[in-house]
Amino acid sequence: MSTITATSTSTAQSLSPRKRLLLIGLSLVTIMSITRLWTGYDDLTSSGTIGAALRLTVPIMLAGLAGLWAERVGILNIGIEGMMILGTWFGAYGAWKYGPWIGFLLAIFGGSLGGLIHAVATIRFNIDQVISGVVMNLLAFFGVRYLSELVFVGQPQGGISQSPPQSSAIPKIDVPFLAGGPVGSSTTPDALGWLEERGWFIIGDLAGVTRGLLSGLSLASLIALLLVPLSAWVLWRSCFGLRLRSSGVAPEAAESLGVNVIRVRYIGLLISGGFAGLGGGFLSIISSSYYRQGQTAGRGFIGLATMIFGNWRPSGILAGAAVFGYSEGIKLVAGGSITGLFLFIFFVSAIVGVISLLRRQIKRGSTSIGITVIALIAYLTVTEVPESLTQSLPYVITLVVLATASQRLRPPAKAGVPYRPGGGH
Amino acid sequence: MSQATTAPGGPLSKILTPSRASNVRTSSTTIASSLIAVVIALAISALLLYVTGKDPVAAFTTMIDTAKNTDKLLEMMRRATPLIFSATAVAIGFKMNIFNIGVEGQYLFAALMAAEAGSHINLPTPIHIAAIIAVAMIAGAAWAGIAAFLKVRKNVHEVISTIMLNYIALSIISWIFNSFFKDESIEGLNVKSTIIGKTGWLPDLVDGRLNSMFIIALVVVAIFWVVVYRSRFGFKLRASGYNATAASTAGISATKMTVIALLLSGAVAGLVAMQSVLGETHAYGPSATPIQLGFAGITVALLGRNHPVGIVIAALLFGFLDSTSAQLQLAEVPNSIVKVMQAIVVLTVVIVNEATVRRTNIKTAERARAELAAGSAA
Repeated sequence: MSTITATSTSTAQSLSPRKRLLLIGLSLVTIMSITRLWTGYDDLTSSGTIGAALRLTVPIMLAGLAGLWAERVGILNIGIEGMMILGTWFGAYGAWKYGPWIGFLLAIFGGSLGGLIHAVATIRFNIDQVISGVVMNLLAFFGVRYLSELVFVGQPQGGISQSPPQSSAIPKIDVPFLAGGPVGSSTTPDALGWLEERGWFIIGDLAGVTRGLLSGLSLASLIALLLVPLSAWVLWRSCFGLRLRSSGVAPEAAESLGVNVIRVRYIGLLISGGFAGLGGGFLSIISSSYYRQGQTAGRGFIGLATMIFGNWRPSGILAGAAVFGYSEGIKLVAGGSITGLFLFIFFVSAIVGVISLLRRQIKRGSTSIGITVIALIAYLTVTEVPESLTQSLPYVITLVVLATASQRLRPPAKAGVPYRPGGGH
Repeated sequence: MSQATTAPGGPLSKILTPSRASNVRTSSTTIASSLIAVVIALAISALLLYVTGKDPVAAFTTMIDTAKNTDKLLEMMRRATPLIFSATAVAIGFKMNIFNIGVEGQYLFAALMAAEAGSHINLPTPIHIAAIIAVAMIAGAAWAGIAAFLKVRKNVHEVISTIMLNYIALSIISWIFNSFFKDESIEGLNVKSTIIGKTGWLPDLVDGRLNSMFIIALVVVAIFWVVVYRSRFGFKLRASGYNATAASTAGISATKMTVIALLLSGAVAGLVAMQSVLGETHAYGPSATPIQLGFAGITVALLGRNHPVGIVIAALLFGFLDSTSAQLQLAEVPNSIVKVMQAIVVLTVVIVNEATVRRTNIKTAERARAELAAGSAA
């Protein structure tokens, strides 16, 4: 028994992180496939669900990146929601007047404007960063209402809480051969679609997921997704990124090495605001074709949540946003399939529980077994999950992660601590 | 140098002993800086109006004219009432250095629970009302208690947990209301929980204009002042809030203070919607119960510097600004400028306050240095 434990632990440790991630990913897909075949809910991995999930993931992910850029330079950003609101309004205005691309530029501008206000308040005047963020949210919410009253009222279909609809949209692409997109004027086969229809074990699921990502793909989503590796590269591989992160971890030390912490923090917050604004613009230009009051619906805070349990890393943020995007997507496309997810959770937690118990990690094992039992009961008894309760999922998950895994979280050391140049002597 | 520190009545002890004079000076600078901030905020708002093509003079004249109307002054007090509760709740947290952003969720949860409980019981008037208020305070404290538990046991920062709990509260409230508490006999959009029996109605002070809840708000603020500034417990709370480590060496447990502060804050937050539940709607309703008062309370607490008197003045000011919105709309000024103005006021007040404190600290340090130098020279 003890030898088995030893070997299984050592094999788990001997795998490189990348291989381990791949292994986990493959097992999750396998379990998902079993769940799909067992329950008959084909929408769990259908391209329609994944496509919707992607569209819902992007704004949350951008909000998470907004939080990342702010906290990595040492400033808490509770005002992401407000900056997103500015993004929705300016984005919709630009898209309505001048077309979608200008709309996105204006969305970024609007968000950065919020970032600048937050920067001036917290860096120049050193006020409490949480207070500034809270006021930012209020200022943005009522500020755009005021602007709407000036600009949108009296326009066709426009009003105090809504902008006129946009006439043109950003093109969407289907990738040729794989998802049946056209090359020139001729059509190409929809290979993944064919595979998805067969619904074979694992292959059908992989095809569905891939096709969901490759068909009806908005260029804006593609660009937004590229911002994840770009953020990672700039923050962790460039000289500028080193300065950015150092002013979030040890501003005095950074200053002593000649980094202009103040300037770096301003830049970080402008970028943060820009990301939030872009996320807002995505909501008012891609997800819908007009601005509506309350469009952000707390996504700024969900983004903040993904940043926390994404452990202040771009890849983690993408993963967290994908989890929320997926749960929103499945609700939208096939609300009835949600109960199938209970079975999925049942399988996953059962496996985790058994492995943990074999490794004598009693606490984790018993928690997992507890979740297994709850998930099984939920699967067998719940026929319909109330809409209002599923909405709170991101927030509940965040609290659970913070309460159980806070030992593993590594926030930037000086995020939230006011800084004055020359304070360190 | 050593002589100066040991000699009783030396310059250093003069600096270290707080005197009445410095208190007066501090409070007068506080008031002065607040006034300057409000003036700056008004100037920014005027500029905003001007840039967007509206006449700032007309807007301000309309606002001032509103103040001459008695009805509007009553409306000001009615609008100030929930803000006083909400700001007091936030201020209790601030005294322990805790930022309770969760007042929003706490008061809505409390309103639902209190309204439902109130519709089930049948007691003589004062007891019925007291029971509803008690339920509201317990429910508010319970919801805040989750954040307290997460903070002291799991080390989750209250800013994050209360933000998350706000959203969780909204969905749980909506689920409970729609599944269990909704009065099916009420049709249309204005759905509510079952109406509370007449014995649970809090009478108006001025019929149809101002509810007695305003008096209760003033009483709560007075209690807040006594407890925080004049009681042993309040001293411990503030000491722990200023410097938890230093206070713990004096035997004041930061954990205990955190829990008590958050529970008290939640209990007071539970009263925010009571004006609506006890005096106006007599039920909970998604469209009838006012929302966003928790965030407004944060701004009022900041503007009032977490001081009881400041909170009442700030709440009345915000209530006044809110009461002018109908008049502004008639004068063709978009009334959302009122809310924008409130946000700008808070931002400038906080900024000016920060600058004043910093300047005062520098001046005190300079004076201390000068007096020490003079003392050691003699």
